[in-house]
Amino acid sequence: MSEVKTSGNNVLRLTDITMQFGGVVAINNLSLEVNTGEIVALIGPNGAGKTTAFNCITGVYEPTNGAVYFHGKPIAVNHPQGKMIKQYGGINADKYKDQKAVVYTPDKITHMGIARTFQNIRLFKSQTAFENVLIGTHLRRTSNFLTATFRLNMKEEKAMREKASQLLEEVGLSDVANELATSLPYGKQRRLEIARALATDPTLLLLDEPAAGMNPQETDELGEFIVDIKNKFNLTVFMIEHHMNLVMDISDRIYVLDFGKQIAEGTPDEIQKNPVVIAAYLGVDEE
Amino acid sequence: MKKGNKRLIISLIVVALFYAGGCLIEHLSGTTSMVVTVLQKGAVYALIAVSMNLLNGFTGLFSLGQAGFMLVGAYSYAILTIPMAKRAAVYQYYNGGWVQFTIGVLPALLIAGVVAALFAALIGLPVLRLKGDYLAIATLGFAEIIRAIVQWDTIGPLTNGSNLLKTYPTLKNIMPGNTVLFTFIVVGICIGMILLLINSTYGRSFKAIRDDEVAAEAMGINLFHHKQMAFVISSFFAGIGGALLAMYQGSLQANSFKSAMTYEILLIVVIGGMGSVSGSIIASFLFIACSEWWLRFLDAETMIGDFKVPLLAPGFRMVVFAVVIMVVVLFFRKGIMGDRELWELGSRRKAKGGASVK
Repeated sequence: MSEVKTSGNNVLRLTDITMQFGGVVAINNLSLEVNTGEIVALIGPNGAGKTTAFNCITGVYEPTNGAVYFHGKPIAVNHPQGKMIKQYGGINADKYKDQKAVVYTPDKITHMGIARTFQNIRLFKSQTAFENVLIGTHLRRTSNFLTATFRLNMKEEKAMREKASQLLEEVGLSDVANELATSLPYGKQRRLEIARALATDPTLLLLDEPAAGMNPQETDELGEFIVDIKNKFNLTVFMIEHHMNLVMDISDRIYVLDFGKQIAEGTPDEIQKNPVVIAAYLGVDEE
Repeated sequence: MKKGNKRLIISLIVVALFYAGGCLIEHLSGTTSMVVTVLQKGAVYALIAVSMNLLNGFTGLFSLGQAGFMLVGAYSYAILTIPMAKRAAVYQYYNGGWVQFTIGVLPALLIAGVVAALFAALIGLPVLRLKGDYLAIATLGFAEIIRAIVQWDTIGPLTNGSNLLKTYPTLKNIMPGNTVLFTFIVVGICIGMILLLINSTYGRSFKAIRDDEVAAEAMGINLFHHKQMAFVISSFFAGIGGALLAMYQGSLQANSFKSAMTYEILLIVVIGGMGSVSGSIIASFLFIACSEWWLRFLDAETMIGDFKVPLLAPGFRMVVFAVVIMVVVLFFRKGIMGDRELWELGSRRKAKGGASVK
């Protein structure tokens, strides 16, 4: 289970990712891959390191060891350095020693085509729903600050606005386009965050607990919505989620993390029957 | 969109009326009257306050370096425009100085902005990696360092050391009788450009950085690049503002650009509302009117009959301002305008918007 089958069409591939903060190993030797057009879920109990994994992929953290590939291109490669050489608690430290360390900032990674949402919604709170999405289109600009200031980019600006309103329509938020983002109900804020992520033209969408705080009906709707946008925008979706119904309904494959380690991988059916997973979630009888 | 156009036209008419009123007042009451002083200095401060608001209110970078960049702009302007005939007299301790040419007022204003922007670009490299209070302390420190360097004797032939720079073209002698018009036009163009920038895609990303840095970066906005851009542009206009201030004052000394000046502008920005251009403009005219005119009596020792009014003594005005800023920060955190603009009043958008004062 630890060795990842390497297929040609993977969008995202993590190999031996270890993330250590001081003495705490948050992720231990995680390897996984997400293939084109799949919906893959990352599940695990609280504190298993799921969001940390997302942060390693999106460049928020620099992994301590291991590599992340996006469409076959390394977007993060590292091995223990400096103080970490002595402290390192993971394995495979030598495997990446000869590889050049690769670091990208989150904005560069978004440029390459990975967009994300956040566990605790992070919308731009002083802006309207429309403006929130509009900001997502900023990174594909061709204008510089002078052409933008003197309105020499009217064509592009118009295209940006059209794209933003189109996206709002796709996610069903056209009617609240001019409302302040933070005044929207929770479910709509989640959708808005997804629309904003879509505005960056991603090929891979990372959703961090998209259904958190939703009731069962909203969760069902969200599931349909995710499948819907995945098909419409030719996306690959990698998500962290706690709502098992949602995970089992829509994901093609599931990875299970516990205490930073991958304990299982497989289709929803396999995962549901996996005794290790059941033990991790429900605990094992001491007897 | 039609409603927006209507608002725009009304705003333009208001601005035009304000311009016409300013010019008329000058023609009626003469260049030396108190109202004209307030209009001139108020306009200059409006530009500087708006430039600071671009940084503090719109991009969320709490910078206190404004006085330093004004100083750079003011000195660049003065050094470049002192007439050749008078250079020997001004630079009497430095053999007439290094600069032996003179350029026109408008190119000098532009260069004043550019030099300030260059300084900002250099300072921004290390400083903009800091956040919050640390950024404030670092920028404040740099402003003080610039002031000290300008007074340094070794570069005296350039800056005239700690002596006065004077005889450069001032407001009074470039457009006699129309000083208000000149100030208003230059300031109007500059603020107009800032407004255009704020409402462009770059302005939107500045506001995104202010609202949430992590999310902004996840949206593909290069934080350092955009912060640097806001810092440099803000300093560019602070430089022009500094040059205008030099023109207003008539003579120039590095010592007047102390951090107290930055606080004055910060006061204007906070009173006007962080994130509101029109708020900054209104507040700067109000502030200048108070400090130069309406509250002057606070600084004068006053006797009513034999009774000496307590507390009224030179400097008491500043105490009042200190109290005002405390009251504003404690109870009116949004300032006059919050983060709305005058032309947005009455529109439903941003109904719940609040200024993000930290």
